[in-house]
Amino acid sequence: MAKGNSEARTGWLLVSPPAVYTVLLLAAPLATVLIYSFLTGGKGEVGAPVTLQNYIDLFTQPVYRAVMWRSLTISLMVTATTVILAYPIAYFVSFHVSPSKKSLWLFLITIPFWTSYIIRVSLWRTILGYNGIVDSLLMGLGITAEPVNILSHGFASIVFTLSHAYAPFAVLPIFVSLEKVDRALLEAGQDLGETRWTTFLRVTLPLTMPGVIAAVLIVFIPTVGDYVTPELIGGGKTPMIANLIEVEMLKKRDQAMGSAIAVAAMLIVGVVSAAFVLANRRYLGGRK
Amino acid sequence: MTFSAERSTMIEFRDIQKYYGDYHALRGINGTIKAGEFFSLLGPSGCGKTTLLRTIAGFEGIDSGAVLIDGKDMKGVPPNVRPTNMVFQSYAIFPHMSVAENVAFGLRRDPRSRAEKASAVEEALQMVGLKGFGARAAHALSGGQRQRVALARALILKPKVLLLDEPLSALDKKMREHMQVELIKLQRQVGITFILVTHDQEEALVMSDRIAVMFEGQIAQLADPETLYRRPNSKKVADFIGTMNFLPCSVLSEAGGRIEIEAQGLGRVTLTEDQAPPPRGESPVVGLRPETLTLLYPGQTTAERVVGGKVDEAIYFGDMTYYDVYLDGTDIEVRLSMRNVPGRPILDVGEQVKVAWSPEALVLFR
Repeated sequence: MAKGNSEARTGWLLVSPPAVYTVLLLAAPLATVLIYSFLTGGKGEVGAPVTLQNYIDLFTQPVYRAVMWRSLTISLMVTATTVILAYPIAYFVSFHVSPSKKSLWLFLITIPFWTSYIIRVSLWRTILGYNGIVDSLLMGLGITAEPVNILSHGFASIVFTLSHAYAPFAVLPIFVSLEKVDRALLEAGQDLGETRWTTFLRVTLPLTMPGVIAAVLIVFIPTVGDYVTPELIGGGKTPMIANLIEVEMLKKRDQAMGSAIAVAAMLIVGVVSAAFVLANRRYLGGRK
Repeated sequence: MTFSAERSTMIEFRDIQKYYGDYHALRGINGTIKAGEFFSLLGPSGCGKTTLLRTIAGFEGIDSGAVLIDGKDMKGVPPNVRPTNMVFQSYAIFPHMSVAENVAFGLRRDPRSRAEKASAVEEALQMVGLKGFGARAAHALSGGQRQRVALARALILKPKVLLLDEPLSALDKKMREHMQVELIKLQRQVGITFILVTHDQEEALVMSDRIAVMFEGQIAQLADPETLYRRPNSKKVADFIGTMNFLPCSVLSEAGGRIEIEAQGLGRVTLTEDQAPPPRGESPVVGLRPETLTLLYPGQTTAERVVGGKVDEAIYFGDMTYYDVYLDGTDIEVRLSMRNVPGRPILDVGEQVKVAWSPEALVLFR
């Protein structure tokens, strides 16, 4: 018992610096936001009475609902696009690149990370914008006569830009899960009468679902709250939740309403993620 | 043990050549495997035995020649439509499925009803001694159980040929010996052609109706276990299968099916033709197995020929003792084995002994 106690004490001692750090910088601000969301906001101040009015507004006023709905659909589309495009890339690197060249390929996949996200977003503006690269290409090939100006379609250009930004995040976990698939299992699948494709569906895909689930969460969670992309690509005309929070917090200076939106955003992410993980729980855990 | 012409041919190899880049993996494989036979491909690692097995399954292509299964050329036939199933070395049990789902994996296209399939699965599990294990998660099985699942999963499809790629190598000694007997029984019960790849000569001798011994991409000898053991066709095969003593000799005369030799330590011996496999142009030696030599204890006499010697080493194995004995008048050491029965003391190193041997046990390699 004595030994257990001293071990426990050592354990507490070891975790206390990060624990203090977490409490001060994560739990405390979160609690503040949560408390603020139930208070009444004024110009730059919050106070009594305690109320649910912020949440009622949030879920009844069309503006708020529209922005939340847009954030959700954009991030779901980004997630779907990213993961569907990332899987074949990860599959190719894992199955068709010789082992000695795999790390080079992974290195190449991470190259977009070498430049700042702001710069990458600016580049997308040049590519998608009025008379930009896409427009010149389409008009040069005679496909369209007028500039398409994809950038003016906020929704589409945000999906393009975010999908590109998050691609490596999706490739890596899927790659890792593909690497762990015992190649003998694929031969066994074929030996037992399945084609390469049906073996993929019955063996490879289920076995790599943990990687797919990780990729989905890694892409979905941050994209819901993305602030920079709608600001720079959508030209402020396609705001998402984070932009709405900024407006409430900094422009209208209604910290209570801003907090309520922030809490709602967390809830959306939490509920969708939890539902997704629950729906796929048979692929997770209980397996070596 | 003998397979006569009434057994039909299940697999035929026709001059199979296979390269991996510059490496010549299979160098002209010829031979047939009969229906219902327990056949082993035996050889050291890198001899091409697994490659040959995989060409039957369809996982490896061949550069020239042909593999025929039940009379049909398998060229261009993918693994999923070949009438073969395989038990993989790692067993390749699908970790995301239960035992029953694993066994039922190959039944997807089977037109039988769900209930009929379930009873087929239960039957297959019972056959391999895993009755009631269907609901278990595959990852919760021991090595021996995994192997049984792999067997059930393959046998439920009633293949013409079951391929086993070193299936026992991952098991401990006791379990391996137990599974050897189980596999023999199972093969008799289902009557399917079994082809086993192994590097363990003992395993091959115990289990097989016939064995192909492979070296460097070629079949060195294809025979039943007894022939392989008693009459190996080359020094290399003799050396690979069990232990054999080799004594340098010279051939004195050869006429009318009788060969007269002078072997170091043994003297003049007359051999019959069947004791001399076709010459290979090597310097002649005679081989004899340790158990064909007998130590004579004081007072014992024998009708066999006797040679004197001195014990150089005694190796105690419990049921047996191996002796290394220098034959008188030579610097040649032979190994012989004696069963440890009551009243038979273990001899000391340095003791003078008499060794009895018989000419019929000799094999001449040249």
